[in-house]
Amino acid sequence: MKKMGLIINPIAGMGGKVGLKGTDGVLQQAKLLGAIPESANRASLALDALKSIEEKIQIVTCSGSMGEDLVKEFGFDIRIIRESVNDYTSRIDTIQAAKEMVKEKVDLLLFAGGDGTARDIYFAIKDELVVVGIPTGVKIHSAVFAINPQRAGEIARKFIVNTSPATQEVEIMDIDEGAFREDVVKTKLYGYVKTPFEKKFLQVKKAGSIKSDIAAQWDIAHSIVENMEKDTFYIIGPGSTTRPIMQLLDLPYTLLGVDLIYNKRLVKNDLTEKELLETLFGYCKIIITPIGGQGYIFGRGNQQISAKVIEKVGKENIIIIATRQKLQQLKGRSLLVDTDDRELDKKLEGYVGVVTGYGEKIMNKIES
Amino acid sequence: MKRINRDLKVRKNFHQAKWDEPIIFELTKKGERGILVPKANSEIVDMVGDGVSKIPNGMFRDEAPKLPEISQARVLRHYIRLSQMTLGADVNIEIGQGTCTVKYSPKVNEQLARLPEMTEIHPLQDESTVQGILEIMYKTDIFFREISGMDRFNFQPSGGSQAIMVMAAIARAYHESRGEGDIRDEIITTIYSHPSDAAAPAVMGYKIIYINPDENGYPDLEAFKAATSERTAAFFIANPEDTGVYNTRVQEFTKIMKEVGALSCYDQANANGLLGVTRAKEAGFDMCFFNLHKTFSTPHGCGGPATGALGVLDYLVKFLPGPLIDFDGEKYYQNHEIVNNPYSIGKVRLFNGVAPVVLKAYSWIMSLGAEGLYEVAKIAVLNNNYMFKKLMSLDVVDAPYIVGKQRIEQVRYTIEKLYNDTGITTEDIQRRMMDFGMHYWSSHHPYYVPEPITLEPTETPSKEDMDEYIATLEHVFKEAYENPEIIKSAPHQSTCHQLNEESFDDPKQWAISWRSYLKKTTMQES
Repeated sequence: MKKMGLIINPIAGMGGKVGLKGTDGVLQQAKLLGAIPESANRASLALDALKSIEEKIQIVTCSGSMGEDLVKEFGFDIRIIRESVNDYTSRIDTIQAAKEMVKEKVDLLLFAGGDGTARDIYFAIKDELVVVGIPTGVKIHSAVFAINPQRAGEIARKFIVNTSPATQEVEIMDIDEGAFREDVVKTKLYGYVKTPFEKKFLQVKKAGSIKSDIAAQWDIAHSIVENMEKDTFYIIGPGSTTRPIMQLLDLPYTLLGVDLIYNKRLVKNDLTEKELLETLFGYCKIIITPIGGQGYIFGRGNQQISAKVIEKVGKENIIIIATRQKLQQLKGRSLLVDTDDRELDKKLEGYVGVVTGYGEKIMNKIES
Repeated sequence: MKRINRDLKVRKNFHQAKWDEPIIFELTKKGERGILVPKANSEIVDMVGDGVSKIPNGMFRDEAPKLPEISQARVLRHYIRLSQMTLGADVNIEIGQGTCTVKYSPKVNEQLARLPEMTEIHPLQDESTVQGILEIMYKTDIFFREISGMDRFNFQPSGGSQAIMVMAAIARAYHESRGEGDIRDEIITTIYSHPSDAAAPAVMGYKIIYINPDENGYPDLEAFKAATSERTAAFFIANPEDTGVYNTRVQEFTKIMKEVGALSCYDQANANGLLGVTRAKEAGFDMCFFNLHKTFSTPHGCGGPATGALGVLDYLVKFLPGPLIDFDGEKYYQNHEIVNNPYSIGKVRLFNGVAPVVLKAYSWIMSLGAEGLYEVAKIAVLNNNYMFKKLMSLDVVDAPYIVGKQRIEQVRYTIEKLYNDTGITTEDIQRRMMDFGMHYWSSHHPYYVPEPITLEPTETPSKEDMDEYIATLEHVFKEAYENPEIIKSAPHQSTCHQLNEESFDDPKQWAISWRSYLKKTTMQES
């Protein structure tokens, strides 16, 4: 019997229907505008996909609208680990529930919500559990979400029945809803969580596994390291794609921070913009990877590499790396830049070869 | 006798053979032999010796080869059973093998290749005794010159990927001859060209730059310009690409290559929709190749050996592998001069390549003539667009790019809508199609078109064949909505049910030989 955690954010999505571009902090307003909770209805589509393995799972959840009500409708074996206060729950409820799930050591955590919920789940569990998001919120940017609730259920089912399931790390992103309501998109990369590997874009037989995606990251790392020039600073941007470069050089790294190396030795981890500007001289290169699903190469999640730093390094010394799967997730969209310097953004526009493997590049367009 | 109702085109009662057939090495039984040779007569041994003891010691193997020990009858049974478990070209309607140009290959060509005049000759025979096949190779070269506009062909490459590799080798030799071999280390190709157009040059040590398609499915010209530099050695492209979209601006690409001193190489593995319509030379290419086992109707894949007929313009002839076949006005002969010149890339295969394949292609071309070849292209395009129109009328089928325009000889469709509606993937449909005895192919990897299907009817299927294929697809799409479980658990009527595909992604589990399998599974050799 496998333990599957379920956390439903019952208010997720309420702001969307009434034009509020999210529900964070505006629940009362959404209610006044007539929004009704629909998260559980959508989550039920995911549970539907789990019915065929009903006898193999116990669902661990919270009372009432955070899971219990729905699970009981389906008749799954259920265990309640936390009492919800009322139907209109808050972030605290999500975070507390997720922490309980870590203690419970559930095999998989299924949660229903949007980017805000994903962020809260991430704060509570970091990389301790494997999670799948059921998209029921307004903003769905993180790759932790399946493309629809049914698919979330299917991914969960496959993961549960698989004897050696594979996982991948995906970004937890969120948009500042206050700014978004003013039509300003400000995304932030919060961190990475583990999710079942989904063979959505890559073929099953040849290039379709997390193993081959990781292998591609290592191919890129070998290509980069072999071509590293002497007496040149390399700024290594954040992300799981750049990580193998540091691992290959046997250097400590920060996943969310910016690291600096020189002659294949570490100068410093986790530098600020100021530190970068103070340290850099002579030849410098920047190695960065776009944010998964969005394509931002500057201005999201790596603000330390500011316009001033980019100007100092020079456009021709920017090396962009990404696996083919990561580029696939952009679905044909361009790479994006959004630094604090509009003129620089314009200068960065144009075509660039993104390193996708050993001695391999794919031409991509950069737009601002 | 029970009549089969063919009003419904879908063959619901198909059932593939399924044998619990071990690998031939597992069938071995010590001492069992196919043919037992009689012992030598003692008088003969007394007179001439045992025939073995005079062999110098150093020439003996240390141990006997580990071949299976098995009787003829069991060998025959083994391979017949394997053949029954194969969805062979003569059993199913091969429309589902897009990009492979699997057409009906007339059996008469097979018969010709099996004539003793072909099977019992050897490349080392005196040329005067093999004038027939030399003439055929010479004339096939001439045909291909006419078809492509190139100045010389060579039949040594034994497949498309090898032909691509030879093109990359020629590009390198060409640039080396101009003192630019070290500088020009990049090859440009496109996402929708065959993966070998990148893979084979990469094996040759080239760096690869891919060009994405633009919104119409053509390779993005601006991206191409940005990728081009003094480091560019060559450009490898298929046209039409796998999408079936013909790049009408291809000359602009080849022109840019000329301007930067790089070569343009045309992957015409599949040229079925272009015979007699367009030529590589006029499109500005310096080299091209044709897969005789595709367009030129020699059986494909496991049906027989292959040939990637490679053609070049005159200034590249000196780099070709050799020998070439020439005619001095009286006799045909192997011209070894090419191999002995310092520019040639050398041999890539023994002798002149796979001669029976060239014979089959020659026979096919001769049976059709110039008009017939053009007719092949025309019918292949018409058939494809008939299927295109029929399939696009289905709600769940779509095809990206150049909306409303025709395609050449194949189309990469998408069933993304079906996936979004039902969660059924293109691989699920692929497995279900086997239950009706049909091949179905998705796409090269990775999937740039979501949930892809690639279909290519060629000129040989009848309208009835195409209608049956379409009807079967429609039937399966309907099942996806009404009974998705039957698709998810498919195939039910095929040899294999669902495989655990994890090992496919794990090099540690790959075993490409019996010895490697034993090693990796820690089984003991018996």
